[in-house]
Amino acid sequence: MTAKTDVRNYPGFIAITILCLVILYAPLLVVTAYSFNASASITIWEGLSVRWYIDVFTGPESAKFKSAAMNSFSIALMAATTATIIATCAATAMVRGGKFRGRTLSFGLISLPLMVPEIVTAVATLIFFNAIGFTRGYTTILAAHIAFCIPFAYLPISARMQGIEGTYEQAAQDLYATRAQAFRYILLPLMMPGIISGFLLAFIISLDDFIITNFVKGAGIETLPTAIFGSVKQGIKPNIMAISTMLLGVSVVMVTISYFVSKKDNTQ
Amino acid sequence: MSDARQIAIDVRDAVKRYGDFTALKRISLSIYDNEFFTLLGPSGCGKTTLLRMIAGFEDVTEGAIYLYGKEIEDLPPNRRPVNTVFQNYALFPHMSVLENVMFPLEMMGKKGDAKRRAREVLELVQLTQFANRKPSQLSGGQQQRVALARALAPQPKVLLLDEPLSALDQKLRKAMQIELKHIQRETGITFIFVTHDQEEALTMSDRIAVMSAGELQQLGKPTEIYEHPRNMFVADFIGETNLLEVSVDSFEAGRAVCHLGGGHEMHVDAVDGVGIGSKVHLSVRPERLYLTDVRADPDALPATVLENIFVGTNIMTIVDLKDGPNFTIRAANSDRGNARVFDAGSAVYVNGDKGAARLLVD
Repeated sequence: MTAKTDVRNYPGFIAITILCLVILYAPLLVVTAYSFNASASITIWEGLSVRWYIDVFTGPESAKFKSAAMNSFSIALMAATTATIIATCAATAMVRGGKFRGRTLSFGLISLPLMVPEIVTAVATLIFFNAIGFTRGYTTILAAHIAFCIPFAYLPISARMQGIEGTYEQAAQDLYATRAQAFRYILLPLMMPGIISGFLLAFIISLDDFIITNFVKGAGIETLPTAIFGSVKQGIKPNIMAISTMLLGVSVVMVTISYFVSKKDNTQ
Repeated sequence: MSDARQIAIDVRDAVKRYGDFTALKRISLSIYDNEFFTLLGPSGCGKTTLLRMIAGFEDVTEGAIYLYGKEIEDLPPNRRPVNTVFQNYALFPHMSVLENVMFPLEMMGKKGDAKRRAREVLELVQLTQFANRKPSQLSGGQQQRVALARALAPQPKVLLLDEPLSALDQKLRKAMQIELKHIQRETGITFIFVTHDQEEALTMSDRIAVMSAGELQQLGKPTEIYEHPRNMFVADFIGETNLLEVSVDSFEAGRAVCHLGGGHEMHVDAVDGVGIGSKVHLSVRPERLYLTDVRADPDALPATVLENIFVGTNIMTIVDLKDGPNFTIRAANSDRGNARVFDAGSAVYVNGDKGAARLLVD
C-alpha cells in the first residue's frame, strides 16, 4: 500500500479514531473507575477503595445479588450448552446434508432471530408462555435463553464447518470408519474451535440478557441484569458499579477466549 | 503370491448417470490381481467417477462391480477392502503423521498392532523420522507419502490412486512415479491409478485403459497403446503425433497407398476397414521420422524446413511438404551424427521407417 492510499494518512484520521474510542469506552471507564470510589456518592471522588466490592458480597443487598448471580450463571451454562448442541446438529445437517429442499430457507430461519428486535421476541415469548399456560419462573427463562442463544452459537460453528473439506470424512470412511466414527474422530475435533467459540458467545449473550428475561421471568426470581435494574430503580449506588465492573470483566474474558479459540485453525 | 491372472476388479456394463448426464457409458473391464492399472483420459472422461464407484463413494446406476468375484454394490466405503489415495491427500490435520497412519488400523479394531504396523509402513515410504509431525509441517511430497502409507497400512486388496502426483513439481513427480511402481511390486497390491498425464501412464502402468467422454477407447499394455492406437482419439492423446487426413488410392503388396495432397504419397500397412477410396487418418510419430538432404529412399518426401525448436533432450523440426501438409520431426539431441539439423529454408527429404505411420479407422 502506498503512503497516499493508506487510510492512516486521510485528514482527520487520528481525531475520528479517538472520538470513536471515547464514545465507545468512556462510559465503561467511568463505571470501572468509580466502582473503586471510597465515597457513597456516585459523582464525588473520595479516594481509592474496594469497599463497594466488599459491599456486594456482604452488604444488605448481598443475598439478592448472590441468588441472582447463581441464577444467571446456571441459566447461562445450561442455555449455552443446550444451544451449542442444537446448533452443532443444525450446522452438521445444513453444511453436510447436501442440497435439500428449503436449505436456504432453513438458514434464514436460523439466523433471522439475530435481526428481529429483541422486544418483539420478548413479547412473543411471553405470549407463547401465557398461551400454553406455563407458570413463569426459572424454567421459562431457561427455555427462552436456549431459544435465542441458538443463532449465536450456530454462526461460528457453521462458519467453521464450511472451512472443513468434505474429503476428510470421505477419507475416514474409506479407511474403515463408520459414519459415526468419522464424525466423532474427524469432524468433531476439527469443528471444536467453532463449537467452543459458539458456546462462549451464547454464554455471554445469555448472561447479559435483560429484555427477554425481564418479560418471561415472573415474580420472585431475578438474574443479574434484572437485579441490577431493580436496584437502580431505587437510585444508583456505587455497589451497582462494582457488580457491573465484575460482569464486564467476565464478558471481556469470555470474548477474548472466544476470539483466540476461533483464530486457532487446526486444519492448518 | 496369487495367480497373476486372477481378476481383482471386474467392471461389468457399468453405467453412471447424474440426472440427464451420463458420466459413464456402459464400461466393462477387468483388472488383474497384482497389476498396476491406469485409467487415463482428459478431465471429464469419467475416470475419477469409475474410481469413486469402486471406492464406494458413488453408486452404480446400471451394471455391477465385482471385487475378487464378489459384488460390492451394497457395501459402504468402510466395508470395502479398498483404500484410496486422494488427490488432495485428505490427511487429518489434527493428527500426527503416525496417528494418521494408525487411524485405519484402529478403525478395523487392530488397536494392539496399530503402532507397529504404522511404523512399518512409514519405513516403507521413508518417513519414520517425521512420525510425530503434523501434516502441515511436511512438504507436498512428504504429505503424499503419508497419504500413501495411510492407505497401505491396512493392507487393502486394491489401492486406488486419484491423480496423487498432480500437485507435485516435475522432478518430484518423476521420482514418485518410480517409487510408486517399486512399492506396488514390493507390496503386491493391485494399484488402480487415475491420471490425465499420458507420459505418467506410459511410465508406470502394466496396462492402461484410455477413456474419453465416458467411454473406453482402448485397453492394453503401454507399448500396444503407443504403437498401435486403435483410433484417432488414442493416437492424438497418447504421445505426440502427426495426424493427417489422407485418401487411399490403391494397394501395393499389402500396403495402402495414401495420398497426402500435393501429389505426395505414403505407403502404409493396410488395416481392416480401409478400402480403396476411403478417407482416413494417418498417424505418424515424430520420433520415427528423420531428415536427409539427398533422396536415399525412393519413398522419401521432399520438403522445406520451416523451423527448428530446441526442447532440451530433443530437437523438433517442422517441415512443409510442397502443396501438402506440415510434419513435425523429433530427433534426439544426442544423435547429431546421424540426424542432422537443417537450417530453416533448407530443402530436405522426410524419411520414415516401415512402421512409422499407422492408418486409423475412425
